Amino acid sequence: MKSLRKFLDKMKPHFQEGGKLSKLESVFDGMETFLFTPNTTSRSGVHIHDSNDMKRTMITVVVALMPCLLFAMYNIGFQHFKAVGTDATFWEMFFFGLLAMLPVIVVSYAVGLGIEFIAAQIHHKEIQEGFLVTGILIPLIVPINTPLWMTAVATAFAVIFAKEIFGGTGMNIFNVALITRAFLFFAYPSKMSGDMAFVKTDPAFGFGGTAPDTFSGATPLGDVATNVGNTLSDKIPSTMDAFIGLIPGSPGETSMIAILIGAIILLITGIASWRVMVSVFAGGIAMGALAHSFPTATYPASMLDPIAQICFGGFAFAAVFMATDPVTGARTKIGQYIYGFLIGVFAILIRVYNGGYPEGAMLAVLLMNAFAPLIDYCVVQVNINRRLKRAKTQ
Amino acid sequence: MALIKLRKGFDLNLKGKITSEIVAEASPSDTYAVVPDDFTGTIPRMEKKEGEKVAAGEALYHDKNNEKIKFTSPVSGTVKQVMRGDRRKILAVVIEPDYEGRSVTFDTRENPKALLLESGLWPMLRQRPYDIVPNSNARPRDIFITAFDSAPLAPSLKMILGDDEKYLSKAVEVLSTMTDGKVYMGCSHTEPITDTGAETNTFSGPHPAGNVGVQIANVKPVNKGEVVWTLDVITAARIGKLFETGKMDYSTIVAVNGPGVEEPAYIKATMGCSLHSLLDDRLSDNGKEPRIISGNVLTGVKETIDGHLHAPYRHVTVINEINNKDEFMGWASLSPKKYSIYRVFTSGFFGRHKEVDLDAKLNGGERAIVLSGEYDNMLPMDIYAEFLIKAIIAFDIDKMEQLGIYEVAPEDFALAEYADTSKLELQRIVREGLDKMRAEMC
Repeated sequence: MKSLRKFLDKMKPHFQEGGKLSKLESVFDGMETFLFTPNTTSRSGVHIHDSNDMKRTMITVVVALMPCLLFAMYNIGFQHFKAVGTDATFWEMFFFGLLAMLPVIVVSYAVGLGIEFIAAQIHHKEIQEGFLVTGILIPLIVPINTPLWMTAVATAFAVIFAKEIFGGTGMNIFNVALITRAFLFFAYPSKMSGDMAFVKTDPAFGFGGTAPDTFSGATPLGDVATNVGNTLSDKIPSTMDAFIGLIPGSPGETSMIAILIGAIILLITGIASWRVMVSVFAGGIAMGALAHSFPTATYPASMLDPIAQICFGGFAFAAVFMATDPVTGARTKIGQYIYGFLIGVFAILIRVYNGGYPEGAMLAVLLMNAFAPLIDYCVVQVNINRRLKRAKTQ
Repeated sequence: MALIKLRKGFDLNLKGKITSEIVAEASPSDTYAVVPDDFTGTIPRMEKKEGEKVAAGEALYHDKNNEKIKFTSPVSGTVKQVMRGDRRKILAVVIEPDYEGRSVTFDTRENPKALLLESGLWPMLRQRPYDIVPNSNARPRDIFITAFDSAPLAPSLKMILGDDEKYLSKAVEVLSTMTDGKVYMGCSHTEPITDTGAETNTFSGPHPAGNVGVQIANVKPVNKGEVVWTLDVITAARIGKLFETGKMDYSTIVAVNGPGVEEPAYIKATMGCSLHSLLDDRLSDNGKEPRIISGNVLTGVKETIDGHLHAPYRHVTVINEINNKDEFMGWASLSPKKYSIYRVFTSGFFGRHKEVDLDAKLNGGERAIVLSGEYDNMLPMDIYAEFLIKAIIAFDIDKMEQLGIYEVAPEDFALAEYADTSKLELQRIVREGLDKMRAEMC
């Protein structure tokens, strides 16, 4: 490590003001602080600081997303070979998924981090770590058949217009990953839904096969929404299958098991608010139960029972990884219960009663992102009123 | 006597505790100093010139805005130097002792307030709002005394008090004449101090339970327009002693401890003594640069070995500036030695209460506030700390007022500053907020 440290020390002057490469100062600083914990000590205030910093926090979230990512790779391969109709071993499936996902991950990080680096350099600030998480969330929520250029455009749009113009990490109003997804959803609807979006039907880097034209890879919720009649579509998998996750869907959302492992990591480390997470599920089950009490053929999703509602689609993934984003969510403890509960309610409400959208989790989180400051405002106002009342009575 | 249980906060278990209750003597101090910055809200105007003789208890300077507030010399000697900084700001008034033992005897029949102002004890009091030396024209709603210090490695105030505990009832009697309300005493539930005549509450729970601001918030919070005075139990004992004997007691017992101290100990010294007299032969020789802090690790002042003991004159902590230089990818560490109170590090699971040797590293860069609830968990008050901090940064006076800025002092945010993932300088932010607020209101 000593030689690396020496090398960095030697290079440093070039990147500082006046140096040849001073335009890359933020990038160099980012690399340096990534490799070596800075030796800066406190100037004012407390003399000791906790070891936890933003890098560690963000990396922990990325670790929590790993089970979802690994399962996504396996499931992409599984769905592909199922569609193609050939047998494959576990490792073949996994390798196919890896090849299919890798370009999306690279594009997402390259575009997003590129913009972050430029923004940091313009403002002469340190590079913020927020995109570490966003960059891995995007490949997990964007359907696997989305063309890479679309992912690139959407990522750039989200990072610039949902984050940087508000001031960067910690200042954004809407969840950046979900804005990416929403941008794709509304700009290129034909590529983002229907039965061709969620299963990779052509080879990845020449590996794998091509599915027959008759293949249909609709998600269970898509099947539910398009089915006509008084009963549930017989094509949809059982709730247990959805829990395990070998079903078509956006890469990261299918497996409840992988999401639960992530949830446990986030809750044990205390990074995500359990209040938000629990309330989203409570809201979803409550709304699901309500809809299920009045099943109607007009809204076929109302025939799903509440447990199936939370196991299918992106609900659980949104509850664990999207709703719990502290920056865009409610920040007061009481506010977090309200915020989470309403996300759960709206997700199921949109899913069941809006024929246009078979899935509502993304829109529910974005909608509540907009309302989170209002919820906090009301909660804080109660505290303010209590203080005013106290002053008057004395 | 009510027991108030506090749950929020945290007790950091630092290395370098004092193991024996034996009080050592400080070696002779070459110089003594009074540092005007220790007394927030006052601006010094000299009464003595360099070279003039002073007796212990004689005024060195007074407050520019209120000349009744005197700052007195802790020893008999000559004014050696008035140290000045940028724009001739007075940094310290240095006195060379002459060991002649000249000291002022005060007339205890005088009006109590006048005597406090004259003796130099007044600046040891604080007022809320603004956490400043009290305005001598105002009459406080109540007076709050804290009888324990819960900060990391802080000395036991009851131990420092020793026999002087007997003067407390006199102090409460004197202080009662200055308020229409009550004199409250907040004690640790393990070391209660009773029979002082004050309204006593005991507190259990982690730091910052000993902060007088936290005690006020849980007993009778400060509202807009109200003023309360605060002091610690040692100052109270000095007040009692002054009114009993007519003499100012400038002696003090200082806890000298921390991971950078060879043999942590209680040391008997005089207010404002040089750090050489406390630390010579005590700094551990571990090859690392020491950080000498006059006070505790959370709220103390960084000093050099040539500096002096700062108010409240009872604690010196020495830690290492950097324990682990150029740590490779520290953010990825799985080592249980990397201390954190959060469970993102392995130490957060098993070692949160283990004895640790913390250095002065920031352990990260300054960021926007991302994680929610971090400040609230470290502040046992009915205040939305994060929203208050944001209001202060935006300097939204109405919001600051509504969110309770009158109830807080920078020290109340010290623990949150330690725990802050975003590494913001919360105490500085609060101090600036209070100062701006005061400028706006007066």
